Amino acid sequence: MSAAGLTRASRAHWGFVAAMVHRLSGLALAIFLPLHFLSLGLAFEREAFDGFIAWSNNPMVKLSEAFLVAALAVHFAGGLRLLAVEFFGLTRAQSIWIASAFAFGVGAGLLFLLRAF
Amino acid sequence: MSAAAEKTLQVEVWRGGTDGAYESFEVPAQENQTVLDVVTYIQRNLDAALAYRFACRVGVCGSCAMTVNGRPRWTCRTHVSRVAKNGELKLAPLQNLPLIRDLVTDMTPFFEKWQAARGRFVPGDGPKDRFAQVPPEEKQRADANAAIECINCGVCYSACDVVSWRDDYLGPAALNRAWAGYNDVRDGDRNGILKAVSSGAGCHTCHTHQSCAEHCPVSLNPTFSIAGLKRATLKASLKGELSE
Repeated sequence: MSAAGLTRASRAHWGFVAAMVHRLSGLALAIFLPLHFLSLGLAFEREAFDGFIAWSNNPMVKLSEAFLVAALAVHFAGGLRLLAVEFFGLTRAQSIWIASAFAFGVGAGLLFLLRAF
Repeated sequence: MSAAAEKTLQVEVWRGGTDGAYESFEVPAQENQTVLDVVTYIQRNLDAALAYRFACRVGVCGSCAMTVNGRPRWTCRTHVSRVAKNGELKLAPLQNLPLIRDLVTDMTPFFEKWQAARGRFVPGDGPKDRFAQVPPEEKQRADANAAIECINCGVCYSACDVVSWRDDYLGPAALNRAWAGYNDVRDGDRNGILKAVSSGAGCHTCHTHQSCAEHCPVSLNPTFSIAGLKRATLKASLKGELSE
């Protein structure tokens, strides 16, 4: 009877967008975690670890690292947005602005850290 | 007749039950016209069998809510000029409620959940001896005030994603009502409200999408009411007041 799905007209507002970004970035991070632990585990086997590090110099891997950093930043910010709404009763607009600022700040900081190594 | 008066609106209206379909109508466009005016024109001039619901026509009774171009709205206070795209309107019944026919949904689950969330006043004992004094500036009075003006239209319930995912979720309207009741210090069983909203698919099921607040025609914010219930139930359960 009516179009369901992400494009439903009644979902076209920031609260829904923020919730979806939060959820999808969380999913991306959850999928990444096993790989992360795998690479940490390889640190005990020098050759394998060196191979892994060499592989991670691949531009595509670098690019996906940047995406992961972004996902971490927006997921962190999404959590802050929830806290702002649920514990401090901030308005929707306030919580979105604060979360966006944190996402930008954390993202920029983490990217800088990545470049430092 | 002026050129404006000769213009027409293309109106698609849902007909039948869940297996129904949209039917097209042409309705004369007016300079000042609400969506409810359009539906009433169709019912009075084009198809007398069209089923829809309204009563007050001025945004008080909450009975005329429908889905207008994909968004739930109170049709009596929604001007066509604000929502029509290229003179086109698409009217459907509210979502998340059983469809009876055309634009009429069965509101029974909506009001049953209102009851399940303990959305009614329970008097204390001996009101004569313990007459409650409620200063208007008190925080709880202000919180109750912010949530009290609900007109039971079902727009938030229809817009809520969590309701569409879970049949048993109490929904924004009932929980908003529970929050108003919880902040009424005269209520004789305020912990009973917390118990009612924190068991099963109650306030903790809310995902804070804030669609309810986005669409509420009287600008209430059920999301914040639900957040208030989350905090209150957390505090009460830490104190052991919700167990027995």
